[in-house]
Amino acid sequence: MPLRNDIKKVLVIGSGPIVIGQAAEFDYAGTQACRALKQEGLEVVLINSNPATIMTDKAMADKVYIEPLTLDVVKKIIEIEKPDSVLSTLGGQTGLTLSMQLAKEGFLDKHGVKLLGADPETIDKAEDRQSFKDAMEKIGEPCIPSKVVETLEDAVDFANNEIGYPVIVRPAFTLGGTGGGIAYDEAELRDIATNGLRLSPITQVLIEKCISGWKEIEFEVIRDRKGNAITVCSMENFDPVGVHTGDSIVVAPAVTLTDKEYSMLRNAALNIVNELKVEGGCNCQFALNPKSFEYAVIEVNPRVSRSSALASKATGYPIAKVASKIAIGYTLDEIVNAVTGNTYACFEPSVDYLVVKFPKWAFDKFVYAKRTLGTQMMATGEVMSIGTSFEHAIMKAVRSIELGLDTMNLKKLKDLPDEEIRSRLYNVDDERAFVVFEALKRGISVEEINDITKIDCWFISKLKNLVDLEAWLADGELTEEKYDIAKRYGYLDSTIERISGKKCPKHKSAVFKMVDTCAGEFKAETPYFYSTFDEENEAKEFLEKKNTGKKKIIVFGSGPIRIGQGIEFDYCSVHCVWALKEMGYEAVICNNNPETVSTDFDTGDRLYFDPLTKEDVASILETEKPDGVVVQFGGQTAIKLTRHLADLGANILGTSPDSIDAAEDRERFDELLNKCGIPRPAGHTVMNEEEALKAAQELGYPVLMRPSYVLGGQNMIIAHSDQDIVEYMEIISRGGLENPVLIDKYMMGKEVEVDAICDGTDYLIPGIMEHVERAGIHSGDSISVYPAMTLTKKIRETIIEYTKRLALELKVIGLVNIQYVVYDNEVYVIEVNPRSSRTVPYISKVTGVPMVDIATKIMFGETLKQQGYESGLYKEADYIAVKVPVFSFAKLHDVDTALGPEMKSTGETLGIAKTFEDAVYKGLIGAGYDLKTKKGGGVLITVRDTDKQEILYVAEKFERLGFTIYATSGTASILNKNMIAANVVRRVSEAEPNVMTLLDEGKIDYVISTSSKGRLPALDSVKIRRKTVERSICCLTAIDTANAVADILAMGKDIDDIDMIDVTKI
Amino acid sequence: MSLFNLGDKAYLMLANGRIFEGYSFGAKGTAYGEVVFSTSMTGYEEALSDPSNYGQILTQTFPLIGNYGVNDEDYESSKLHASGYVVREWCSAPSNFRCQGDIDAFLKKHNVVGIHTIDTRALTRLIREEGAMNGVITTENVYEKKDELLKKVQEFRIENAIKAVTCEKAEKFEAENAQYDVVIYDLGCKNSFRDAFLKKGCNVTVVPAGTSADEVMALSPDGVVISNGAGNPEENAEVIAEIKKLSEKKVPMFALGLGHQMTALAAGGKTAKLKYGHRGANQPVLDVKYGNTYVTAQNTGYTIVNDSITADMGEITHRNANEGNCEGIRYKNFPCITVQFPPEFCGGPKVTAYIFEEFAELMKAYKEVK
Repeated sequence: MPLRNDIKKVLVIGSGPIVIGQAAEFDYAGTQACRALKQEGLEVVLINSNPATIMTDKAMADKVYIEPLTLDVVKKIIEIEKPDSVLSTLGGQTGLTLSMQLAKEGFLDKHGVKLLGADPETIDKAEDRQSFKDAMEKIGEPCIPSKVVETLEDAVDFANNEIGYPVIVRPAFTLGGTGGGIAYDEAELRDIATNGLRLSPITQVLIEKCISGWKEIEFEVIRDRKGNAITVCSMENFDPVGVHTGDSIVVAPAVTLTDKEYSMLRNAALNIVNELKVEGGCNCQFALNPKSFEYAVIEVNPRVSRSSALASKATGYPIAKVASKIAIGYTLDEIVNAVTGNTYACFEPSVDYLVVKFPKWAFDKFVYAKRTLGTQMMATGEVMSIGTSFEHAIMKAVRSIELGLDTMNLKKLKDLPDEEIRSRLYNVDDERAFVVFEALKRGISVEEINDITKIDCWFISKLKNLVDLEAWLADGELTEEKYDIAKRYGYLDSTIERISGKKCPKHKSAVFKMVDTCAGEFKAETPYFYSTFDEENEAKEFLEKKNTGKKKIIVFGSGPIRIGQGIEFDYCSVHCVWALKEMGYEAVICNNNPETVSTDFDTGDRLYFDPLTKEDVASILETEKPDGVVVQFGGQTAIKLTRHLADLGANILGTSPDSIDAAEDRERFDELLNKCGIPRPAGHTVMNEEEALKAAQELGYPVLMRPSYVLGGQNMIIAHSDQDIVEYMEIISRGGLENPVLIDKYMMGKEVEVDAICDGTDYLIPGIMEHVERAGIHSGDSISVYPAMTLTKKIRETIIEYTKRLALELKVIGLVNIQYVVYDNEVYVIEVNPRSSRTVPYISKVTGVPMVDIATKIMFGETLKQQGYESGLYKEADYIAVKVPVFSFAKLHDVDTALGPEMKSTGETLGIAKTFEDAVYKGLIGAGYDLKTKKGGGVLITVRDTDKQEILYVAEKFERLGFTIYATSGTASILNKNMIAANVVRRVSEAEPNVMTLLDEGKIDYVISTSSKGRLPALDSVKIRRKTVERSICCLTAIDTANAVADILAMGKDIDDIDMIDVTKI
Repeated sequence: MSLFNLGDKAYLMLANGRIFEGYSFGAKGTAYGEVVFSTSMTGYEEALSDPSNYGQILTQTFPLIGNYGVNDEDYESSKLHASGYVVREWCSAPSNFRCQGDIDAFLKKHNVVGIHTIDTRALTRLIREEGAMNGVITTENVYEKKDELLKKVQEFRIENAIKAVTCEKAEKFEAENAQYDVVIYDLGCKNSFRDAFLKKGCNVTVVPAGTSADEVMALSPDGVVISNGAGNPEENAEVIAEIKKLSEKKVPMFALGLGHQMTALAAGGKTAKLKYGHRGANQPVLDVKYGNTYVTAQNTGYTIVNDSITADMGEITHRNANEGNCEGIRYKNFPCITVQFPPEFCGGPKVTAYIFEEFAELMKAYKEVK
């Protein structure tokens, strides 16, 4: 039976702001879901607080609410829209949890709303520890054997007689697992368990079979209501059990399993989905003993997930789309496989390549973060690569990940002694794969590495192949044979030349093979390709056969999601593609991020899933022979390709490479500003500590420091003293200082941001944004308000004028983003980016100006005037929109939460309302702030000396709201002097009860902490801020943010008082 | 294999004259066969030893073969039946706790000629477009003897396949807690198929394909199973005649793969050659009666012609979900169930286990009357 006839209007719940563990994959899933539902003629209502997503586009749903994802809000929207169904399984854990709450409270029943995708029983069985165990026991699927015990003898008995050693001891209710450990024999167990029982407040420990070192295998399964079930893809983790799969290198399909093991786990996965009665996608994770057939079910997620996005891209099987169709009544045998066009969704993809997923972490940015990987995911994003061998794929992955690498050689390991390398093998961190590679180079054997790391010998041997290959390349003449083999295993010409020290004897370009879900068994129509070094070029054949006569345009994507370059750029790339298609061009996408909408095979006319380096894109250009290429929507990743593309003779559409260079090159930029008569903060370029100190003293503190050449992490700070300069220069010159450091006078003024579109003659400013926090906090971490609320007419006009001058002088064709600081009634330029920016999606949605579409058309010569836009500032919208940053500090250990010039947020939410206050309220609620004024709540204030005057004003507001004020001695004394009653709290280093005790006691609702003497985890201020993360206490690190929060609290609003806005009506 | 020492040259030449250059692994020499491809990503050891692959040059579409090595337990029969083996890359450092050696040594031991480092996807697409065709793998210089080799390639036929793969003499296997006695008519029976019956509580007597219907009946079986096997079903008139006789005895019958096809021939149906066969672990099969679709493993070059199975003969119980081909029949005039795919492969999905139950019911009823 196809579509259920009792479904007409569906509410889709999105996953909200991007946080670590819940990222762009849900925009991809949600977008597929919305499209699948609309295709069926259903009315779709969407709610998601994340404005950077494609799913919150007008075109995606009939009604779109960019509103906080709280229970109250979702209820309110259900009451307004009266959908007959809610789709719960495509909005990550957020969407699922909300749906379950609605169902369990009886709200859905009361309003006659059906729950699609998963019923509460299924979710309970998968998520509740005991129910899950019971369900698994019932069908005979083994879980990790464990037992809760309260005496030492029970612990020993269970270990000795039931599960054997080693065992893990996990004391109940101790923070961070204190008192636990791994026991390898009875003596150790007695030791650890005695301690664990003593430390547990309820004298209870869990004794669990230790399976660290087992293989981690995943299956993505789809089941329909008729009970048809298939496994879409198997995946094997490079890292054994113990590292979150999101933090592990993963290959698909599983490679080290015999057919017996594979069938055993596949069977188990099918058994599980049948028992749980999953209807849609499901992820099953298993641990497999590498020395036997013993296995255990680790976890089951009855919804689409990051892994399912990966599996979709790895096989070409659109899991989210199929899951959506199943949710509305279709069965697998009724859904056609969109890839082949002539087979059905009820089959298991077979692949004829190997996929490698490589995580992207933020450690290059967070230099003090603890890099140890464990069961808590830490990666912000990932890349995927497709190759004909593991070696080929990992080489592609490593150059896609944007760490400045083109091989597995990590520079900083090169000079470490052998023993240091050997001992680092024991560290389970983000660099382990590179350490393994280095260890192999030092002659440490595959077996020894396997013994230490438990990484399967298969993977280690493959890395050894690369080590041997590189040694072979470096040895003797660079023959054609050597060259051919190196190419086949993923080496770039430039890498071959560097390793061999010789010129390549020839050049070979890559050819392209198709991802078709069926390993070539059926003729496929998917224009989804990856590069190899073979003879046949399927992409070329495809182009010849399907010659549409249309002009071909390549759009370069933005690579892995990282802090600073997130989903917004995928939004822009996808919109560019849509605009191109609409204009009658063939749009081709090149990207390497499996989580995104852009890498969905039916987003563009063709998809090349490959690294974005000079040589990789050269091969794509050679095959495609595009009429033009677009770089301005793919963030810095795509912009970086500009020069290479120009060298290759590509027709770069939009702003010219020369203009891009003029904005990026410090000297040329200064020249440009001079010419335009626009001031910028004074600054110097320095190469060492001595010069830095001299420059800083001359400019006067505080100063802003950043590397002139930005790679990976931004590494930007505000230095308040010589000491800060010394610390910074030490960090930045660790890897050898190759590029100068920029030191600018730091002006703590109002920060204003403008996105503009320019056609060379006219310019359009859709809106001016103003930040709540003054300059010094990265624009991505500031609360941003559209339209700007507090600018004088003169300042506003100056900003418009400067924007015009810069856009025209830079000859911008398309988008430009300019950041200003207003200081002492003067407007200064901080930065000009001749490309799309983080704010484009939200400004487009709020103003109704389709910025990317307009910019794309401009690239093809259609002027703003022709498109119906006047030069200048666009009329202000009827709504105020407030963008609030969202952070993932809970996932990153030892990272200082204080905001500064270096971006730390992973995502954002939007508040849209008729008034500024309501918009801020929504934005903050959406970002997870609890804005209920509690009588007798507490605020802890500890600020640096320079903030002590300003804090008075804010502290007073909190005091008036009835909060008890606590402060460290310095802050307290100034507060008390100014008639604000503050309790003095002892410092971290002083005896308990001190400030930490206070935070532990739960008396504090807000912490205002601006003490900024650096980012070292050992500092008191950093410890306090980390404590707030642990205790989930709201910590405000800028006076301006604290002030805004106080104002909102003072309003005493409730979400019920505020209207919900359907943004499709804007 | 070493990344940079690929070994000696080897060549794969197809009947259409197309030559793929690669490198040798496994045995040296020259091997002729029908070039087919399998899309299974695991189970290479099983595939090589599957009698159904007799006379074939087997190509793996998955590029990395031999990752987990080989062992003594996963054989589907006592020897390798494929005549040649084509892979993109073989693994010289296999990893698995049961691994007893690598695929190269395994092929050498069983004298199977292999070729690696060729573009297996290009080869697969060629077969898909032009159909399965004969070919030769040789470690000699193919260009020097092209005409001679090509002539032999074109003349090559898979003949007397069943004779080549069937067992030499009857052998009995005892099950624990046996409930039934089953005779398996060995057309190239896979060990896993035989073992599935043992696990289901059937004593199994495997008999050579030359055994007459009367000889089978003399063993007083509760059911007769016609196994999977090798070659073109139509070329086995004598065996088909015996199957027909067996059907007349009204003894419960079950047939798989080639057995399914030959039973159809015995009942008056027709078979046809598929363009490039069904070889892989992802063939979707629709269960007509229950309306469910199952993913099955198949290994066949032939199929039953749909129209040749009339309602008088029996009902089509299973169809290939992609092409609609008949892949399961329940006969009307004699107690017999046949399917194209192993209902439980290698301890595989239990979802199609009900087919066994249906057969068991037939045996139970027969036994009661008997």
